[in-house]
Amino acid sequence: MKKEKSVSMKVMIFLTTIFTILLVISCKKGEESTDYSKIATEGEMQAELTSPPMVPKPIGGRAATKLKVSMEIKEQEGTMADGVKYTYWTFGGSVPGSFIRTRVGDEVEFHLKNHPDNKLPHNIDLHAVTGPGGGATSSLVAPGHEKVFSFKVINPGLYVYHCATAPVGMHIANGMYGLILVEPEGGLPPVDKEYYIMQGDFYTQGEYGAKGLQSFDMNKAIKETPDYVVFNGKVGSLTNGNELTAKVGETVRLFVGNGGPNLVSSFHVIGEIFDNVHVEGGNLVNKNVQTTLIPAGGSSIVDFKVETAGNFIIVDHSIFRAFNKGALGILKVEGEENKKIYSGTIQEGIYLPEGGTIQKMPVSSTAKEVVPNRTLAEKIKTGKDIFGTTCFACHQSEGQGIPNAFPPLAKSDYLNTDSKRAIKTILNGLSGEITVNGKKFNNVMPSQNLSDDEIANVLTYIYSSWGNNKTEITPQMVKTLR
Amino acid sequence: MQKRISIFIFLLVHIASINAQEAKMASIKEGSFVPLYGASSKKPTVVKSFFLDVYPVTNEDFLNFIKKNPSYSKSKIKGIFADKSYLAYWKNNFDFGSANPKSPVTSVSWFAAKKYCECQGKRLPTMEEWEYAAMADEKRIDARTKTEFNTYILSWYEKSKTYENTIGSTFKNYWGVYDLHGLVWEWTSDFNSIFLSGESRKDKNNDKNLFCGSASVNATDLMDYAAFMRYAFRGSLKANYSTRNLGFRCASTTKY
Repeated sequence: MKKEKSVSMKVMIFLTTIFTILLVISCKKGEESTDYSKIATEGEMQAELTSPPMVPKPIGGRAATKLKVSMEIKEQEGTMADGVKYTYWTFGGSVPGSFIRTRVGDEVEFHLKNHPDNKLPHNIDLHAVTGPGGGATSSLVAPGHEKVFSFKVINPGLYVYHCATAPVGMHIANGMYGLILVEPEGGLPPVDKEYYIMQGDFYTQGEYGAKGLQSFDMNKAIKETPDYVVFNGKVGSLTNGNELTAKVGETVRLFVGNGGPNLVSSFHVIGEIFDNVHVEGGNLVNKNVQTTLIPAGGSSIVDFKVETAGNFIIVDHSIFRAFNKGALGILKVEGEENKKIYSGTIQEGIYLPEGGTIQKMPVSSTAKEVVPNRTLAEKIKTGKDIFGTTCFACHQSEGQGIPNAFPPLAKSDYLNTDSKRAIKTILNGLSGEITVNGKKFNNVMPSQNLSDDEIANVLTYIYSSWGNNKTEITPQMVKTLR
Repeated sequence: MQKRISIFIFLLVHIASINAQEAKMASIKEGSFVPLYGASSKKPTVVKSFFLDVYPVTNEDFLNFIKKNPSYSKSKIKGIFADKSYLAYWKNNFDFGSANPKSPVTSVSWFAAKKYCECQGKRLPTMEEWEYAAMADEKRIDARTKTEFNTYILSWYEKSKTYENTIGSTFKNYWGVYDLHGLVWEWTSDFNSIFLSGESRKDKNNDKNLFCGSASVNATDLMDYAAFMRYAFRGSLKANYSTRNLGFRCASTTKY
């Protein structure tokens, strides 16, 4: 009996030791980076692909599988800005290309198809691939053909993919980039909203806003002087009714990439602080970040909780890109304002330092242009384009303005009582307190560097829109006041 | 009935042979140039005098050829000579449908293009011959350093459906050849030689396909983006491929 007991004691001790050792080993294992190349896959499935700003459903909870991705390359004409066309080369018909969502250990079977009407061969280099060329060596595909290759995703993170066919810079500059997410085991922490944003710089023959089909300008690309710096391939992709949306109290995650080809992005959301940032799309999480740097060919995963209602402007904080080249989007948060977090203006007063406060835009001494005779409809049409490139950042797409900052143009008594004053405002700028529709505004609008014809058109457009009194402004009227 | 058809065919063939004889060729004089790829140690390559078709082969021309060589028609061609998209836009074997008879024939495999030229007593131009003839603009033998020339070429790469245009609708170059840039890509006899047997490349790495890194290793002039894209395009092809933007024209060493 005694003997038996001591034996069982010995067994117990032995087992406990083994368990302890096992525990220690498994703990150690967890700390070290896991070798995901050994993960076995179960079954197979077709990948869900989405065009921006949407993201496929989270999949980190499922087991690793054989994931089939089918992507078609299309060379197609699209809109860069109002009245500005551009021939985009795309993965899946959008810029950036379709979002691919995988989980670590997945074996991806990639089908790359080049549409028969395309002129050029293309390929794909996915930064999530471990192997020569990131897939580019095996994926060069002629128009009207398909290439298949496969790879195992063994590093969790958010990765850029892009075309790497010569001339590489041109393929990227025309929009051939996108993001592929490799979720960690178990997935990313759940959030309420997920969106896909990718920045890119574009180089066009004409300057920013120049109308018509614009071709790619190699010299500007080499000099790295883009005319457009935009989110999701065009000016206004995330404004003008395409705003990202969330409700107060929700958590929002943005998968942000930078396709380049040249510029590095200082990604920032005005009025928000990122709670968590996966720096450069990797494992390192930084907290309480205002602006995160995203290299060309790199990415970042940011998330934050929206605490109060309002429009949150998404920008590249290299700020001229935002207000003059298009890198501007809006996250529209609906719900209750939280006055504890943000009060709004409590008090307004006038502060007039000595000297003029009106800023002047540099006036270019261009040759006198011939003023074309336009019909009312033509004026409104061109006026709308000018509004879209010059005015809407402050006065907003429907002329509604921003309360306490930028006065409304819609149903505006200030405009409708005096059209000469409106012309002068654009010509000379305006500062100091004004009252519009019973609300006081005290801000500065710089004088705008527009021609007589352009001012006539944009004002005619504004007067003919949003319940204004349909005054028609002519270039002559502007000229006499200049 | 059968008699009538055979007479009809006889007539067509007759017309075709007249047409074929009329296919004009331009004389390209001997000269040397440094191609973007392929020149070992960047020494100039000598191109001997040769003759090149003034225009690319048209739908009409190719229909005449098929009538004489039905084994190269859409449904009869052997699988190893052409993939499934061979003449995909043609209505049937002897009908190119709504396509313009005078626009270049495309969706033609290398084998079919080669056969066509052989039937004319000609051959496909070599890549060096093609590049040599195509570096000329209206006035100069070598316009590759001219910005406008490169801009022109790049801009047609961006235009879609130029294969619908009529031959002769682009500029006439120094040699009197039309449409080398502006309508369609063109087959050359040795289209894939650079990437399959270019010795210097193989010494550096074994990549058979063109992709970012290797694309620039041996280029002589990094600014020549237009040529980059041509080489990249050729590098993506196999001899049985046929695509909608790829046609051809013939060459000859001796006066045809």
